[in-house]
Amino acid sequence: MSDVSALMGAVAEGRTRVEEAGLAGMITLRGDLASAKLIAAVTGLAGVEMPGQREIKTGDDKAVAWMSRDELLIMVPHEEAEAAVATLSTALAGEHATVANVSDARALFRVEGPHAREAIAKLAPADLHPDSFGPGEMRRTRMAQVPAAIWQSGDDQFSVICFRSVAQYVFDLLALSAKDGSEVGYF
Amino acid sequence: MLILECPCCGVMADETELAPGGEAHLKRYGPGSSDEEFEGYLFHRVNPKGVHFERWRHANGCGKWFLAARCTNTLEVFATYSAQTPEPPQHVIDAIAARRPNWSIEA
Repeated sequence: MSDVSALMGAVAEGRTRVEEAGLAGMITLRGDLASAKLIAAVTGLAGVEMPGQREIKTGDDKAVAWMSRDELLIMVPHEEAEAAVATLSTALAGEHATVANVSDARALFRVEGPHAREAIAKLAPADLHPDSFGPGEMRRTRMAQVPAAIWQSGDDQFSVICFRSVAQYVFDLLALSAKDGSEVGYF
Repeated sequence: MLILECPCCGVMADETELAPGGEAHLKRYGPGSSDEEFEGYLFHRVNPKGVHFERWRHANGCGKWFLAARCTNTLEVFATYSAQTPEPPQHVIDAIAARRPNWSIEA
């Protein structure tokens, strides 16, 4: 696994701060999400409940997100990712499921500040109004020209996952969108 | 602006989140079929001004294919439903009939 993250922790300072969150362990699990064996393997590993449609369940240092009806994204500390893949593969032996370590194929950003929600809403065709989108939901959408997954990870903090190959593009987008003076004040 | 509800993830997805996949409910004619059937499968598409069944993929979302019944004239969406459906299900036909009394499925 890579020992540097996509943008090596790049930061855009401002009232709304954009940060590349560094190394994160991410595992894609595809299979039958209704299978008891799969649910036991995932909840046992991550220590959180099984997420329902579009949900993300967050624990102390791990999280599980529903990505589609046959796909989960399991987030673990970076140094635990390989062990977690091994644990899951063992637990799912004989099950029709695939486990892939995608830690090095993704980039993770945190957008934090009073206008974080707005900074993201400017870039995505998703309804991010607080009434429609709040903590616990994982929204996969488009951010300008690339796919992204967004969830609210704190009161004023949102997290964004994108492909590593477009990390610089997404960072520049977020930094521009969050720039001081560009607030719309809609939310 | 077209907004379709993805039946797989439940999101009201903006057109720009989706990838179009052309006409739905095509029957595939492969080896062993007549030239006319194969030609029809490859090339002959309906192009109605009105009710149309289409394939869409939630490309920038959950990634799944689904089907939609909508009006090409008014952009009214009647229903979206599972892609694992060989022909329009009754609830979709009913939804269309409620809005287009003179429409029939062979049109």
